[in-house]
Amino acid sequence: MTNKLIDKRTIFKIKDLNLWYGNDQALKGLNYDINEHDVTAIIGPSGCGKSTFIKTLNRMVELIPSVRTSGEILYNETNIFSKSFRVEELRTKVGMVFQKPNPFPKSIYENVVYGAKVHGIKNKSQLMEIAETSLRSAALWDEVKDRLNSNAYGLSGGQQQRLCIARCLAIQPEVLLMDEPTSALDPIATAKIEELIVELKKEYTIVIVTHSMQQAARISDETAFFLLGELIEAGNTKTIFTTPRDKRTEDYITGRFG
Amino acid sequence: MSYQIEDKGELKTLLNIETKKSNMTRRIILDRIARNIFLISTIFALLVLGILIYKIWVDSVGWLNFKFLTSNLSIFPHKAGIWGAIVGSFLLMAIVAPVTITLGVSTAVYLEEYAIKGKLQSLIKMNISNLAGVPSVIFGLLGLTVFARLLNLGSSILAGGLTMSLLVLPIVVVASQEAIRSVPSFLRDASYAMGATKWTTIRKVVLPVALPGILTGSILALSRAIGETAPLVVLGIPTLILRIPSSIMDNFTALPIQVYYWTLDAVLTREYANLAAATIVVLMLMLAIMNSTAIIIRNKFQKRY
Amino acid sequence: MEKVTGVREIIKNNFNSNKGRLMEKVMPKAFLLAASISIITTIGIAFTLVFDAYKFFSKVPFKDIFSTRLAPLASTPAFGILPLINGTIIIALIAMSVAIPVGLTSAIYLSEYASENIRRTLKPIMEVLAGIPTIVYGFFAYSFVTPLLMKAIPSLEAKNALSPGIVMGIMIIPLVASLSEDAMNSVPNSLREGALALGSTKLEVALKVIVPAGFSGIIASFVLGISRAVGETMIVAIASGSSKNFTFDITKSMQTMTAYIVEFTSGDAGSGTLGYYSLYAVGLLLFIFTLLMNLLAQYISKRYREEY
Repeated sequence: MTNKLIDKRTIFKIKDLNLWYGNDQALKGLNYDINEHDVTAIIGPSGCGKSTFIKTLNRMVELIPSVRTSGEILYNETNIFSKSFRVEELRTKVGMVFQKPNPFPKSIYENVVYGAKVHGIKNKSQLMEIAETSLRSAALWDEVKDRLNSNAYGLSGGQQQRLCIARCLAIQPEVLLMDEPTSALDPIATAKIEELIVELKKEYTIVIVTHSMQQAARISDETAFFLLGELIEAGNTKTIFTTPRDKRTEDYITGRFG
Repeated sequence: MSYQIEDKGELKTLLNIETKKSNMTRRIILDRIARNIFLISTIFALLVLGILIYKIWVDSVGWLNFKFLTSNLSIFPHKAGIWGAIVGSFLLMAIVAPVTITLGVSTAVYLEEYAIKGKLQSLIKMNISNLAGVPSVIFGLLGLTVFARLLNLGSSILAGGLTMSLLVLPIVVVASQEAIRSVPSFLRDASYAMGATKWTTIRKVVLPVALPGILTGSILALSRAIGETAPLVVLGIPTLILRIPSSIMDNFTALPIQVYYWTLDAVLTREYANLAAATIVVLMLMLAIMNSTAIIIRNKFQKRY
Repeated sequence: MEKVTGVREIIKNNFNSNKGRLMEKVMPKAFLLAASISIITTIGIAFTLVFDAYKFFSKVPFKDIFSTRLAPLASTPAFGILPLINGTIIIALIAMSVAIPVGLTSAIYLSEYASENIRRTLKPIMEVLAGIPTIVYGFFAYSFVTPLLMKAIPSLEAKNALSPGIVMGIMIIPLVASLSEDAMNSVPNSLREGALALGSTKLEVALKVIVPAGFSGIIASFVLGISRAVGETMIVAIASGSSKNFTFDITKSMQTMTAYIVEFTSGDAGSGTLGYYSLYAVGLLLFIFTLLMNLLAQYISKRYREEY
């Protein structure tokens, strides 16, 4: 639960964000603040731009050709679109977990230390330490500690997803973006990931896109409702789910569409 | 069904069953005959392959032995060996492999990862597919003019190797392109999302995952190169090289070249046909080893996700 | 939840040190350079051929080129190209009259009749046939097929057009078969099932539905086959000899354009002679012809891909 007495620091400040795929506008004039150590859930029907939105936060959206943006996203006061802010550096601070678990076809160990190695950490014992801490933080260590050198594709879907989380944690980001991280998983694996998210928020800011309103209600502090590229309503999760201000939000969360 | 026909003959004439039946039988028989003709024609290829291998084997029996493999060329058929040609072929491959793999994989990486879809990309792609269709003898003329004469490399292993590299380059490019394209984009995304740069992602994720496909294509390219004859003949490889090459600037002979000259000489001396056959057996064995390696790699690493 | 100390610092320093930034800039250029090698190769081929062919064309009048007398090493050399074109066409025709019927029927068998198991056995064998070096086919033509044919045709010369033509056809069978089969396989199954449901036999389906539907792909395979036949060198260099006579008699020796190039370069034609330049004129003709054929095949098969 959020502690309203303490004023939270804003980590992302989004100002007039617009985004186009070619001629189609996918995000329209977004203004939104994301607070540190919150779990922010992004909800909305398919195609409402919620995935596009979080992919904009680490600029992964730019990998799609023909994407154009306008406006600003301030990450700790720095505009992420500014030339002096390297996109690679942004991505080490803003990690991402994808819809479908996407480990590399390498060993579990190699998966976890991938980022660390890429960013210049060479010391073997330090890498091992990173692997262990990250796997522990992702609640996977006990399950894989005896087979760190076996291929990641031998793990179950839920384990693979936690491995992907561990892989993100290894380079110690500040923010974790999660794009429907449980949509490909069974209920038990989903529950584990949700538990993990609640645990991780002590250390990280989490922005999660979810299809499931129950999931949003269970784990998030803040909720933002997107519709057709617009931010319709955002605020405290409890408030949104109990007394939404906008009619469209109410329709969506009561299941009248989407 | 309520409707009934009492007179069966009436029905038969009605539906013209008799004629249809005989017509159907005829069509089925025709189908059977065609099927067998098609089968025979397919087996024809297999039969020719069998005869070819048998014929070459029979011609080589008694000639293919340890002495033949390890001795040097000679003007006397009974003393001649192909050690020089084996060394020549291996040295040729020692040039073709690094040159063609470096250029081929780099071209494929450029086309698949860096090139912006547009005129330049489609120009290069079209160019490569046309290059693949240029007769090998033309590559020989290119090698003769540019490598042998212009760069003054003569008919050295280096000139032959470079010519051959350009000839088989399209094979490596196309195979590598396919291998790179089959690397799922979610793996690239995972790497980018961790702040890896494009080159790092290519080096650490894309190329390792594409490696089996690249290797398979490269081996097939090498097996094409090792059997190619025309470009080397055009480069002007001398008929009788008695010295074993020791550097890439030396003149040389290679297995297919030896087959060519000995087959031509067989008009005069019958034994040369046996020498050619024995050399073919060695060449085909090398090809068999290379191709089965390629197949093993392909099967072992097929679809891992 | 503890964190390994120092990780963020190392990452930050790594970014500040700009390590790898140079590579990031250099590598795309290096790759582009590699990719341009293929274009340079094409330009190189075109340039060398045109450059030296020009020297030939500037010295030999056109009416001498379109003559049937070819004697490059005679005391009064003659450079009529017609014997070479004639030899090339005749041998390619023989090859295609083997490769087209056998290749096409094999393709129909593999695509429409064969069970999955038979396909899986026969296709690799076809691939082996396609992977045999052409020099081996040349040896086979000269030392096996020619003697065999001599038994049936006693007047057959030891070097002739028939034997290399047939063997070249065998070499091209896998190409025609596999490309035609691809074309037939890409015909949607619904067409096949529709015709079978009407009571058609497989033969009728194949001839009336599949072959017409995959027609352009099949034609493309023939065109590529012809291009291969025209560009093939070693089989003819060995088995069809080097007679420069203008003849239509396939039991006699003929020379193709490719064989002319091979004979001349492995001989003693010194650089700078008219004979030497004639190689490039022949090479240029060969290059243009195969290029046109390949472009034609691409054009045809592109059109058929758009159909479905």
